[in-house]
Amino acid sequence: MPDPRETRVLLEHADDPALRTIDGYRRLVGGYATQERAYRDMEQDEVLKELEDSGLRGRGGAGFSMGKKASFLPRGEMAKYLCCNADESEPGAFKDRELMQRNPHQLIEGIAIAALAADAGHAFIFIRGEYDAQADILDAAVAEAYEAGYLGKNILDCHRDLELVVHRGAGAYICGEETALLDALEGKRGNPRLKPPFPAVQGLYGGPTLINNVETLSNVPRIVAKGADWFKSFGTEQSPGTKVVSISGGVRRPGNYEVELGIPTRELIHGLAGGPLPGREIKAFFPGGSSSPVLTAEEGLDLPYSFEAMAGAGSMLGSGSIIVADDQVSIPHLALRTARFYHHESCGKCTPCREGTNWTVKMLERMVRGEATPIDLDIVSAVQENIIGHCLCVLGDSMAMPVGAMVRKFRPEFEEVMAAAGSPLDHELQAVVQGPAETLGASV
Amino acid sequence: MSPVDGAGAGNPNLPVDRALTEGRSSDGPSAGIPELHEVDCPTELRERIETLMARYPDRHSASIPALWAVQERYGWCTPEGIRQAAAVMRVTPGYLESVASFYDLLHTEAVGSHRIEVCTNISCWMRGGDELLDAFKAAAGEDEDFFVTGFECLGACDIAPMASIDQRYFGPLEAAEAGVAIEQIKSGAEVLPEKNQARRPLAGDTPNPGGSNA
Repeated sequence: MPDPRETRVLLEHADDPALRTIDGYRRLVGGYATQERAYRDMEQDEVLKELEDSGLRGRGGAGFSMGKKASFLPRGEMAKYLCCNADESEPGAFKDRELMQRNPHQLIEGIAIAALAADAGHAFIFIRGEYDAQADILDAAVAEAYEAGYLGKNILDCHRDLELVVHRGAGAYICGEETALLDALEGKRGNPRLKPPFPAVQGLYGGPTLINNVETLSNVPRIVAKGADWFKSFGTEQSPGTKVVSISGGVRRPGNYEVELGIPTRELIHGLAGGPLPGREIKAFFPGGSSSPVLTAEEGLDLPYSFEAMAGAGSMLGSGSIIVADDQVSIPHLALRTARFYHHESCGKCTPCREGTNWTVKMLERMVRGEATPIDLDIVSAVQENIIGHCLCVLGDSMAMPVGAMVRKFRPEFEEVMAAAGSPLDHELQAVVQGPAETLGASV
Repeated sequence: MSPVDGAGAGNPNLPVDRALTEGRSSDGPSAGIPELHEVDCPTELRERIETLMARYPDRHSASIPALWAVQERYGWCTPEGIRQAAAVMRVTPGYLESVASFYDLLHTEAVGSHRIEVCTNISCWMRGGDELLDAFKAAAGEDEDFFVTGFECLGACDIAPMASIDQRYFGPLEAAEAGVAIEQIKSGAEVLPEKNQARRPLAGDTPNPGGSNA
């Protein structure tokens, strides 16, 4: 039995392995009935209106209105595309994995209905290469959907075609950025593109393209089935609906929990996820994946978990992934670990990101090795300021925001770590007195 | 002024990069695309890549799937395998190599046939990911069949610390289980069945060990 604090909509019956098959999907949740109704009885504008009225916000990180995004695609006879972003690579995020693994047909039906809204004839699920098991599940589900006539030519005799391809990536965080995803899908290295033009106008193969996250598209069948008002009965005014929240790090029960947006953050972390490990306390947490600015326990635990509350606190809901750092975690080391990730994943196209992530890692390494001076903290902060907003995509910002927040909110801890590791002068003295081998040992 | 003029194409005193004035295409006649008869591509690989190309409106989209096919066939993206795929796809080997070298899961150097990626990102690091990586490296030792590497977030922080073993997820792992897994792979036994992510229930369906302290 699920925890009563959960509100399972997307994850309804997700504990039943039969849900993965088309028969189970139909039997357990009435699957594909909505696609049938939409294709037979609804016009493109009706579907669009329902999605816009629902207020569904993108679940991949940016939180932009899904219906609005779909409405940006131009009308007329031309090849249009729909891409499902299943490249979930944000550290801390693992909700799309669960949704694809447990209910692949919900996503496929969502894609089919969204394709009607976008008037797209070709759809792709760009899934990260690491999710091989989930891609196998999707392949099998897509084959079933073709077989049953929900994909392919002249779907349900409605004179509408939709081809759906499961496309496996090969390991690159940047491909979750929507324009890099398009380049990767076109068979290139995954480098982001200059925007505008936005993908809705000029995306895949130069055609208008709607790109949505797995969870966003998984919401579509029920919104169209039950209506915008039903959807808005969950969550808050600005964050309607339920959200699958990934909680990990220093908690007793890490995992995915589906809740109404606006639930107290404390209820998520202390309630559903069981709170900190025995004998520990929560120091800080990332509310929306590793690219969201960290909130201290005092700042964040009593906020409602919604897009607006997290933005109001200077952070963001992002992909809805909470990473908890307890009192055993050294924030400077956490900052270094975070920065290393973005340094590794920077595609190298824009200088502020390529060089900024590199130097941030080097400076943080100096700090924890005891080779830094207090002014380095100011330099690190300045580097972060010089990355934000200066690149084609937000990968650099995704490092700058959390690292900047950690330096700002935990400056005394950085200074402590630097002091404990020793000053450069101490090291020079030690080197003279003890020789280089001991100096190395002392700094570890 | 067009970008081409700005690049100096109209100035006779400047050297002209033909790519700027004429565009550079991987389809060009002198682009160095190997012919099929020059590369001795196995029939199954050729047919597989042709099937992949047919799935997309533009055949170039098949480059990552084609490289996966090459890697599956040869264990890694060998120069010869890349040439074969290039001949089938009608692109240059250099183009495919540039793609292969961008992605962490495509290997342009020989690697062991069993691949173990241990997550060392934030959530796994907090719960012992570095120690787990050390344990896998120690357990694999010098055995060239095993390729053990630290990896960025694999999207399974719920089972931290975790590892992807031959593209399947396992966790949460104790360091001591690294050796067990390696021995199971060697003997052909099922790897850590209790820790296979595919068999895990939803978090909210598991008993709460800590109870609620909300």
